[in-house]
Amino acid sequence: MTATTTRLDAPAASAPTQLTMAGALNAALRDAMAADDRVVVYGEDVGPLGGVFRVTDGLQAQFGEDRIWDSPLAESGIIGTAVGMAMYGMRPVVEMQFDAFSYPAFEQMVSHVAKMRNRTKGRMTLPMVVRIPCAGAIGGVEHHSDSSEAYWTSTPGLTVVMPSNPADAYSMLREAIDSNDPVVFMEPKSRYWSKAALALPVITAPMDRAVVVREGTDVTLLAYGPTVRTALEAADAAEAEGLSIEVVDLRSLSPFDDETVGASVRKTSRAAVIHEAAQFGGYGAEVAARVTERNFHHLAAPVMRITGFDIPYPSPKLEEHYLPTPDRVLAALDTWEWDD
Amino acid sequence: MSLNVEHHSVRALPSEKPIRLLDNAGHAVRSAASGGFELPDLDTLLELYRRMVVARRFDVQVTALTKQGRLATYPSAYGQEACEIGAISAIEARDWFFPTYRDSIALLTRGIEPADILLSFRGDWHNGYDQYAHRCASQTTPLATQALHAVGLAHAARLRQDPIVTMTYLGDGATSEGDAHEAFNFAAVWQTPTVFLVQNNQFAISVPLARQTHAATLADKAVGYGMPGYHVDGNDVAAIYAVTRAAVDRARSGGGPTLIEGLTYRIEAHTNSDDPTRYRQARDVEHWKRRDPIERLEKYLVSEGALSEAARTEIADAAEAVAAHTRDVMTTEADLDPLELFDHVYERPRASLLEQRARLEAELADAATQAGHRNHAGAAR
Ligand SMILES: Cc1ncc(C[n+]2csc(CCOP(=O)(O)OP(=O)(O)O)c2C)c(N)n1
Ligand SMILES: [Mg+2]
Repeated sequence: MTATTTRLDAPAASAPTQLTMAGALNAALRDAMAADDRVVVYGEDVGPLGGVFRVTDGLQAQFGEDRIWDSPLAESGIIGTAVGMAMYGMRPVVEMQFDAFSYPAFEQMVSHVAKMRNRTKGRMTLPMVVRIPCAGAIGGVEHHSDSSEAYWTSTPGLTVVMPSNPADAYSMLREAIDSNDPVVFMEPKSRYWSKAALALPVITAPMDRAVVVREGTDVTLLAYGPTVRTALEAADAAEAEGLSIEVVDLRSLSPFDDETVGASVRKTSRAAVIHEAAQFGGYGAEVAARVTERNFHHLAAPVMRITGFDIPYPSPKLEEHYLPTPDRVLAALDTWEWDD
Repeated sequence: MSLNVEHHSVRALPSEKPIRLLDNAGHAVRSAASGGFELPDLDTLLELYRRMVVARRFDVQVTALTKQGRLATYPSAYGQEACEIGAISAIEARDWFFPTYRDSIALLTRGIEPADILLSFRGDWHNGYDQYAHRCASQTTPLATQALHAVGLAHAARLRQDPIVTMTYLGDGATSEGDAHEAFNFAAVWQTPTVFLVQNNQFAISVPLARQTHAATLADKAVGYGMPGYHVDGNDVAAIYAVTRAAVDRARSGGGPTLIEGLTYRIEAHTNSDDPTRYRQARDVEHWKRRDPIERLEKYLVSEGALSEAARTEIADAAEAVAAHTRDVMTTEADLDPLELFDHVYERPRASLLEQRARLEAELADAATQAGHRNHAGAAR
């Protein structure tokens, strides 16, 4: 798993405690707010309630309403005012309640958050973080399980990351808040309750790097967020059948870590990318194209996409048929010719 | 300290007739139509006159340069000088301004160099001036989006206890955008020190106000958000200045935001590529030309003996000098470096961008070599 060390700027690390991903994110926000009073947090229900996923639990009690508050319920307003606050030197960390509810903010994100540095030749930068609980597999009714990553990754100027485990959640959120560029920080909902023993503050690989989370020799599975676990489970199952799968947790969707991914693919000569989002025009299309362009002569088979179907995200009782499962991953790998 | 204050929202409707301190004949209005606002003193009015004259001369010059092909586009504010200059003159250097594409003349008044204002309309880069030096955000094109930035910056300043005010301009059409509503609402709920000036020039490109709103006035909208709203004669710079000044003072002393509507008219086309004969009558334009904001103030100043012939000449000369300077700077071509395209996307260069930059660099080198060969061949012949 991801190597963990202690943050350089931190006092002695605490003894390891069991933390969920939501708890790790909460700790990251708490530590970032304590370290830097320019960090402010706002959004919908982030105050007394602590967020619908409890990521901001207890923060208002600790830091007061001038540091973390419930804003009016309007996503464009949240992002647009965060732009203004960042212009003035604050480091706003704002929450979109769910992927699908970030869409009202699309214009602010694409036309301002992404472009301000470029427009002003770097004179005006926007050190802000947009936290977006993302993806599905939580039994959510319509609009609660979208995967919006490709909307953001196809926008130059945005940095888009997605942790898959509590250690990365803490470390990457701290790094995102410290970044002078805007970061879209996507939090896979289905992983909020995953647990790990962490000695905080924990520092993992840099936010813009992919990490090999399981070594193998026959196939590279490229996964991120919720599908990292899927890939690991598939790898465990395949091992019994004598297939050695390497799993790369992409972590950073934009930028893309061509180096780490390329090294793995050249080793295994086969790659598949797994995501929950629909396939057509999805993030996997970019991954497949660039992995192929850069590693064609090392590939024994076309890069495969194992994704959700090209349909709107289904209702809770049908989502199990939509989501890429370890079985579906292994079945997909079987469709390659394996005569070498 | 918490900034959450108990406040009482405003419920008074704005006046139905626009607030006016000078009528179209240049006479001071002493009736209830003044809305209780005082006519600014003669020194202030003379300075506003100077600024409007300079601004108009600049605007006319830039429109001419655009017709000559020197600029890619220019949205003129001819006829809107009272709004453009009156409101910007009510804020201080420490305050922040959030303009739209329409508001180049307000930027000129703010002290920004013509070349820096016009760099984006010439097409050199998206923005040409230093936002922090002038405390002025880039001119914003996506309608009403800048209003939220003004609210956010004001809120940040308030959290820091910096006594600054933010001002933003919007068009009448822009008030239909969701971001306008969100900005009004956030500003009112957070009680930010923000002044919204809606320049109601009665058209959004071709679409008249009646297709944007069913409200009696755009200022009425303020009531629903719980902030004061003022419906003002937008061709009366005295009224625009007085009302915005009061709003700025109230904002600075913790009284929250204000929505001000200036009723005005755009005399020129929306931009140089627009054809206004398709959607408005020449006689309407003539009607509004007779309500010229500069002539109105001039009549008043002359009647008060505050504008001598010498002063008038001196102001006209100053305006000519700005126009001449603008011509000079806009008739030289900027030296653009295509490789700079990659420099300002992220703080830390990305490997994939560096690869693309290298490709463009090679292309440019190739093109230069080929041009060299052609020149060489040409010289040999
Ligand atoms: C969000 C958005 N939609 C459409 C446009 C295209 N557009 C540019 S100016 C304009 C009219 C705006 O009218 P108004 O707000 O009244 O301002 P004015 O141009 O009259 O100053 C339109 C539709 C835009 N810039 N932004
Ligand atoms: Mg208009």
